[in-house]
Amino acid sequence: MSVGESIGSSSPYLEFVRISKSFPGVLALDDVSFGVNSGSVRALVGENGAGKSTLLKILSGVYRPSSGVLRIDGSERAFQGTSESLAAGVSVIYQELVTVPKLSVAENLFLGHLPKKRGLVDYPCLYELARAALVSLADDIDPRTPLGLLSIGQQQMMEIAKALTRGARILAFDEPTSSLSAREIERLFSVIERLRSEGRTILYVSHRMEEIFQICDSVTVFKDGRHIETFHSTKGLTQDILINRMVGRDIKNVYNYSERPYGDVSIEARDITGPGLKEPISIRVRSGEILGLFGLVGAGRTELLKLIYGATRRTGGEILLKGHPAKVETPRDAIDQGIVFCSENRKAEGIIPLGSVQENINISARRHHGYRMGFINETWERRNAKEQVRSLDVRTPSLEQRICNLSGGNQQKVILARWLSDQMSVVLFDEPTRGIDVGARSEIYALIRRLAERGVAILMVSSDLPEVLGVSDRIAVMRDGALSGIVERTDTSEQKILSMALPV
Amino acid sequence: MNTSEKTMAVGGTSSFRKVDTSVLLDRAGMLLVFLGLFVTCSIFVDNFLSWRNMAGLSLAISMAGMVSCSMLLCIASGNFDLSVGSVIAASGCVAAVVINLTGSVVVGILAGLGLGVVVGLINGFVFAKLGINAFITTLATMQMARGFGYIVAGGKAVGISNSDFFVIGTTYFLGLPTPVWLTLVTFAIFGGLINYTEFGRNILAIGGNEEAARLAGVPVVRTKILIFVIHGLMSAVAGVVLASRMTSGQPMTAIGFEMTAISACVLGGVSLAGGIGKISYVIAGVLILGTVENSMNLLNINPFYQYLVRGGILLAAVIFDRYKTRSIG
Ligand SMILES: Nc1ncnc2c1ncn2[C@@H]1O[C@H](COP(=O)(O)OP(=O)(O)OP(=O)(O)O)[C@@H](O)[C@H]1O
Ligand SMILES: [Mg+2]
Repeated sequence: MSVGESIGSSSPYLEFVRISKSFPGVLALDDVSFGVNSGSVRALVGENGAGKSTLLKILSGVYRPSSGVLRIDGSERAFQGTSESLAAGVSVIYQELVTVPKLSVAENLFLGHLPKKRGLVDYPCLYELARAALVSLADDIDPRTPLGLLSIGQQQMMEIAKALTRGARILAFDEPTSSLSAREIERLFSVIERLRSEGRTILYVSHRMEEIFQICDSVTVFKDGRHIETFHSTKGLTQDILINRMVGRDIKNVYNYSERPYGDVSIEARDITGPGLKEPISIRVRSGEILGLFGLVGAGRTELLKLIYGATRRTGGEILLKGHPAKVETPRDAIDQGIVFCSENRKAEGIIPLGSVQENINISARRHHGYRMGFINETWERRNAKEQVRSLDVRTPSLEQRICNLSGGNQQKVILARWLSDQMSVVLFDEPTRGIDVGARSEIYALIRRLAERGVAILMVSSDLPEVLGVSDRIAVMRDGALSGIVERTDTSEQKILSMALPV
Repeated sequence: MNTSEKTMAVGGTSSFRKVDTSVLLDRAGMLLVFLGLFVTCSIFVDNFLSWRNMAGLSLAISMAGMVSCSMLLCIASGNFDLSVGSVIAASGCVAAVVINLTGSVVVGILAGLGLGVVVGLINGFVFAKLGINAFITTLATMQMARGFGYIVAGGKAVGISNSDFFVIGTTYFLGLPTPVWLTLVTFAIFGGLINYTEFGRNILAIGGNEEAARLAGVPVVRTKILIFVIHGLMSAVAGVVLASRMTSGQPMTAIGFEMTAISACVLGGVSLAGGIGKISYVIAGVLILGTVENSMNLLNINPFYQYLVRGGILLAAVIFDRYKTRSIG
């Protein structure tokens, strides 16, 4: 620690100097300058599309800046690719991890420089090295397991181990906690704490304000690609101030809950069984009701939604709509009967990456608006896309922009827009606000509320306890593939729900 | 950089801008390459611009054009179909034999087209419903269709007795050979299909991210089967037209034609990874490929070298494709 601070006090270890980056139609970073000392954790915050991920990609050499320079330990660097930045001791751990799922943990760790004996991979040596690398990060992982079998949290630990074996002095995390369980988050934080005390330089991007106050020493705020302000200490700083600087206005009453009248039971899942569930599950949602579904990562919530939606084949049980048994065997069946499902896995199950924003919005709802013989109503499609982009405030240079060029949070908004354009009576939301900034979050809660007011039945999975408590009328809690209970919002607390979710 | 930088919208506003130059270049890029090639050939290759050669060129292109259109659907959905060449041959033979048997041109044509649809159905069913890899599936049906063609034709070319049938392949309309008109119509239909119908968009969605498409309610299996059926049908159309042009059904024709169709698509810029597909790409690809072959013939280039050139062009095209998808990120 002492080493880090003595360097840090003289000049920042990592410095961005007048960095700009433009893409066709977008100025993603606009003359950004700031420095970070070694032995410290710097939070980068800002709205969706503010330029945080772009900055990290410049740091790792994925993008080259349009202008400006990067300085590490006093010397100027211009990385031409990730291999150069790795060699210079920079590791960026992206939200969507880049790994080879079929290879073992050990192979993934040392990919590119596997230990060899007479030209062949020396496996005993490899596993030994891997075990050493994982010590105190993830001692429970067997280096021989295929990486794909690990949880996201474990894969992340592996990425950190990989960074450390390559001698990383600078580690950057892009929304690392968005798919982690509470326990995994704790573990990540203690690892970050350790990295800091070893004098490394950490950048931390997150939309979760509590985390920032928990582990960061200083905060840099971005807005519209510009560096707005750097707070060199979190003392005296509050969430409200930070949000105000990010969004440019105050946000009060994020959840803004109010009582609503309910109708009859809109959807009922009766004794559902299938992969991921340990017991048959029954659940009912009334029209106009928001039923929150809480549980730890891996409790089977996503599996339950997919079984209801017909995305996974049920082995038993039935779905009733307005009291009548309904045939919901495929997603198409579900959609035809007004059930929509918004997946938590944006990249694998949400976006059509090469499709335009407009295309991604309209892909599902268009069948209600087309002409005969499957001809598309371009006028409607354009108008709908425009309206959705406006109402969700999607930051995109045009409706023709490929969705893969949007920032993570804006992609999420487009996927939400896809389902909000559809005519539905039941919505299954799986982590709808993942990766969405604080300002937009309250807009999305308002949208969900408006849907409920229109009589739509909503089943919302979330790992964010305050969110579940803030939005839902009732809360169902799952634990280890089974339903551990359903409680009314008036009759519960964080403790109670957590105790129902934690393993017994 | 380019001009777009000056009119740039700041990342934080949702302003809408018109197409910029890079998009325009992407849309018309390969057509421009074709124009360049065409002008070069007109200047440096004797007889290239002659009316006779132009008619010959357009006729040569017509078959590749038809089949490449439906191949576009396969590739855009992230797959391809190797059975094209065999279906062309087999459907020509079936048409020829049935015409000779029944004396009816209509029945003969329908039989030929029917064969294409059946092969397409088999391909589609095995691939989409049973989940067998498209490469293996169509590799198998490619051989089966070829064999079927030989069996039906009795191992040799079948001359067609009813000359009414030759109207399709040998007549002219408004100065252009009829098959060329058919190809133009095919371009128009497939262009409309991709751009203006739900089916077309669903194909691109499946090619882009199949699981996302499925969860969005796209009927994935049905769409895939339909793609292969349409492709089988178009191959059969090409086969019937070819039989009419040659006034016979020939079981050994169109060997390796699947490669021509795939090359044309890729050359024009259809990404092999799926998710991208524009009819203009196919048109450009077919034109470029046809022009190169035509000029090589005019220049009397040894056929062995022609293979080298064709392969080289395909290689260049896939490398270009790779580079393009990489820059997308
Ligand atoms: N490859 C690209 N091509 C075009 N535009 C891009 C590209 N990458 C990013 N952008 C644009 O640059 C801007 C900044 O994006 P960036 O991903 O850095 O935002 P972010 O701050 O990480 O947002 P989020 O919180 O949503 O992840 C956005 O407007 C985005 O649309
Ligand atoms: Mg981001």
